[in-house]
Amino acid sequence: MFKSLGRIIIKFFTQLGQATSMVASCAFWLFKSPLEFNQTMQQTTKIGVESMVVATLTSLFTGMVLALQAGTTMRSILSEPLYIGTIVGFSLVRELGPVLTAFVVAGRAGAAVTAEIGTMQVTEQIDALHTLGTDPIRYLVIPRIIAFMIAIPVLTLCANFSGMFGGFIVSVKSLGVASNVYISDITTFISIDDLMHGFIKSCFFAFMIGVVCCYKGLWTRGGAEGVGKSTTQAVVTSMVLILVIDYFLTAILNSLGL
Amino acid sequence: MIEIIDLKKSFGPKHILRGVNLKIEDGKTMAVIGGSGTGKSTLIKCIIRLLEPDGGKILVNDKDITHIKSQIALAKLRRSFGYLFQEGALFDSLSVGENVVFGLKYLTDTPKADYAKIAKEKLALVGLKDIEHLRPSELSGGMKKRVSLARVLATEPKVILYDEPTSGLDPIMSEIINELIIDLKNKLGVTSIVITHDMKSAFEISDSMAMLYQGKVELCAPTKEFKESQNPYVKQFVQGLAKGPIQMQITN
Repeated sequence: MFKSLGRIIIKFFTQLGQATSMVASCAFWLFKSPLEFNQTMQQTTKIGVESMVVATLTSLFTGMVLALQAGTTMRSILSEPLYIGTIVGFSLVRELGPVLTAFVVAGRAGAAVTAEIGTMQVTEQIDALHTLGTDPIRYLVIPRIIAFMIAIPVLTLCANFSGMFGGFIVSVKSLGVASNVYISDITTFISIDDLMHGFIKSCFFAFMIGVVCCYKGLWTRGGAEGVGKSTTQAVVTSMVLILVIDYFLTAILNSLGL
Repeated sequence: MIEIIDLKKSFGPKHILRGVNLKIEDGKTMAVIGGSGTGKSTLIKCIIRLLEPDGGKILVNDKDITHIKSQIALAKLRRSFGYLFQEGALFDSLSVGENVVFGLKYLTDTPKADYAKIAKEKLALVGLKDIEHLRPSELSGGMKKRVSLARVLATEPKVILYDEPTSGLDPIMSEIINELIIDLKNKLGVTSIVITHDMKSAFEISDSMAMLYQGKVELCAPTKEFKESQNPYVKQFVQGLAKGPIQMQITN
């Protein structure tokens, strides 16, 4: 038992070391060579467009469910569906918007990134990059991490609006809340700090997804089977880390008054 | 000149290269033969430093490149090298034309305006035309290999490392590639190391040949001498005999 536990610990720290070394290489190339601008823009568009529909739809229905649940609960406690806009808005802006969007992007675009880089690894395309005078970190990893860091906060913003719109439909059409009341519930109680709270979270999630998915792709071994394994690992690791980071970030940001 | 001294490389418990010694003169072509898994590809990957050797030395024009760590220095080293991958290793996300000129951006100062002309020229050299717009997935195996060779030629390297350049090609195209390798040596003085299983091609293009066996050089000699060697391992491999010391070793 100790043997297998030791093996797991060694594997964990080896992977952590490799990922840290990859991030250090990113910093090195970022300052040593010009950014692959076209690659970065292409990837940003790809990640953004690929995930836009799923992210907004997920958030739309989450907003609708939140409004429905909050409305029903409020009605049974206070006899009236009060503060539905505030509940939906707070939940989305501070928590569900960033987390759900990060989940969707990790599952959709993150998996695609790992599969693409993994396939390049097993077909010697990564070696070819080296022989042609560039580095995979510079050509593949940096543009993708930056793309995630641009796309995810923008998608989160769209998801927030979409969720609040979902909540609006349910509140107005099904719960009988006046539309101006729903909107004023949001605008009165949600501040810039709340938006910053969500924005900071989405930036951290984006960086983490980029690092995990690119790392898993670059360390793919063992042909097509290896690509499948790496892709699954990248998505699962990203999703678990999103929730772990979310807790610690919430604690830190709350203590900072955000 | 490329000099390899007592080169060693292992992957975990597997010792692939156990002390390889070779010397390749400038402007000459050396063919490296040997059974599968004897470390031929590992050898040329060590030379271009895609792999870091565990021991020994690699000298390129008397400069020790064995343990260069700096990414910048490695990129500089690779400017004088070209590497033809066994399966082509073309970038799926780029068109054929973009693949051919890919290295120009990073390895040379060629103006962007000349890229299209160079792509056309190099593709014509390997017998391909009007395919710049196609994607690698639309090409046959042989075409992929030729596009990959065009990509190597585009940067005009001083040393080219070929990993089985004629495998998967029909006999006529194999002959065209052989002639191209000879032409590059005669006209541009390119130094080449060719990993191959194709004996006809090896005898035709090389000035010297080396056989790897169990991670060491069994014989390295000028091609004529190599061809007539009485070394039982070399003889068996060159003649493609099922029976001989190599098989006995496997059976044991």
